[in-house]
Amino acid sequence: MTAYFFADTGVLTGRTLRHVTRSMDTIITTVITPIAMMLMFVYVFGGAIDTGPIHYIDYMLPGILLVTVASGISYTAYRLFADMKSGIFERFQSMPIARSGVLWAHVVTSLVANLISLVIVVAVALLMGFRSGAGVLEWLAVAGILLLFTLALTWIAVIPGLSATSFEGASAFAYPLMFLPFVSSAFVPTESMPGPVRWFAENQPVTSIVNTIRDLFALQPVGDTIWIALAWCAGILVVAYVFAIAAYRRKIA
Amino acid sequence: MTAQSIAGPAIRVQGLVKSYGKLEVLRGVDFDVARGSIFALLGSNGAGKTTIVRILATLLKADAGTAGVNGFDVATQPANVRESISLTGQFAAVDEILSGRENLVLVAKLRHLKDPGAIADDLLRRFSLTDAATRRASTYSGGMRRRLDIAMSLIGNPPVIFLDEPTAGLDPEARIEVWQTVKELASHGTTVLLTTQYLGEAEHLADRIAILHQGRIIANGTLDELKQLLPPATVEYVEKQPTLEEIFLAIIGDDDPRDTAGTTTRNRG
Repeated sequence: MTAYFFADTGVLTGRTLRHVTRSMDTIITTVITPIAMMLMFVYVFGGAIDTGPIHYIDYMLPGILLVTVASGISYTAYRLFADMKSGIFERFQSMPIARSGVLWAHVVTSLVANLISLVIVVAVALLMGFRSGAGVLEWLAVAGILLLFTLALTWIAVIPGLSATSFEGASAFAYPLMFLPFVSSAFVPTESMPGPVRWFAENQPVTSIVNTIRDLFALQPVGDTIWIALAWCAGILVVAYVFAIAAYRRKIA
Repeated sequence: MTAQSIAGPAIRVQGLVKSYGKLEVLRGVDFDVARGSIFALLGSNGAGKTTIVRILATLLKADAGTAGVNGFDVATQPANVRESISLTGQFAAVDEILSGRENLVLVAKLRHLKDPGAIADDLLRRFSLTDAATRRASTYSGGMRRRLDIAMSLIGNPPVIFLDEPTAGLDPEARIEVWQTVKELASHGTTVLLTTQYLGEAEHLADRIAILHQGRIIANGTLDELKQLLPPATVEYVEKQPTLEEIFLAIIGDDDPRDTAGTTTRNRG
């Protein structure tokens, strides 16, 4: 059966991608929150936030990109839950196919859908004055980190997608993830925060990822931060994957 | 792609036990289904019909007992079982965002068949869905959706088909369409395991009927055998009264009313 893993996953991915392209509203609602936040922060709050010599939009775009992914993966959970509920998931599982392809199709689709959203948000940021001297290598590094971050969050999204009992429950888990960048270096420098909050902000995953992307955009040396960022992403990915597979085993014999 | 056919019954279930926590759903279920026959599992909601189908379709593991499909054990040879079956769910599991044709092409591709497009077009014709082929399945009526669902199950000609409550929620016309399809399937040698809570459906379609009650098969036989479980029928002559269903079908112009009209009713004991 594994001989067909790639063929089956490809066919099933084609199916879920059609779900995305035939409901572009899911892309629009994904990007509307980060774009609205970007407008608010740049044109309302940004003037009052001291980020030193760096332009505020250049400072906050990395955080906005993480919010975009956190917003996008709620649809990953939504699409998977819809398949569970409709019975088509079971139909696929009762067919002579590589069974795990059904999950991987959702994962690949999540990566593609989030990539589309990220490109749209970066385009809007460019219109609003975002500028970076980053070359191809730096952009590839940024894309790589965002891809790994999306993959990690996608496997988190698989857990409620498989085990939720309602559509609301399937997508509600994304809200705390969207909130996490606020208590990090994403929008304001952490130096202004009180002790315990500052400690949390400086040691949670978003800060290292945001700082790495910001340094890559600004052509600054990334130092050890990039390894901390990658370790966070890989760690979240492994733990989420283990729990997602456990949730899958509970559903399917 | 279908697995080799192996001698013996198409489905053999022995001592099947399954609990969800403390709730005992199946408490020792035994039955055989002969090849090419239509077998109805009859029972009320929650009797365990769907649980049996899920175990036979390798979606759920039994706590005890054995189940074999087409000669393959569901626990130890699940891949072979999946080669031998098709499942149509209780809620027609079609992809609502895809068109009818895309649904059929999808299944044909997943079964690794040559020329999925031609297979889809052929089935669309057979199930009178050609006109609706390019419309999204979400726009289909309940009967069309169920026809599409069954058409998807036929792709690859699996020797055994599970129909879990195939006519639940359908109007009388659509129900008759589904019944005709099921009879046609069996006449071509496909084994059909059907679950239903409609007594008329089991009576109309099935070669054998098993009654599942509180997790056990409490009766299993042909309709005539089941009738003998009751005291002999007495014959009374009554005025022929059409059923509401016959009236409904006559008024809306269905030219193929079922032959369920009887001039006698059996008045038991």
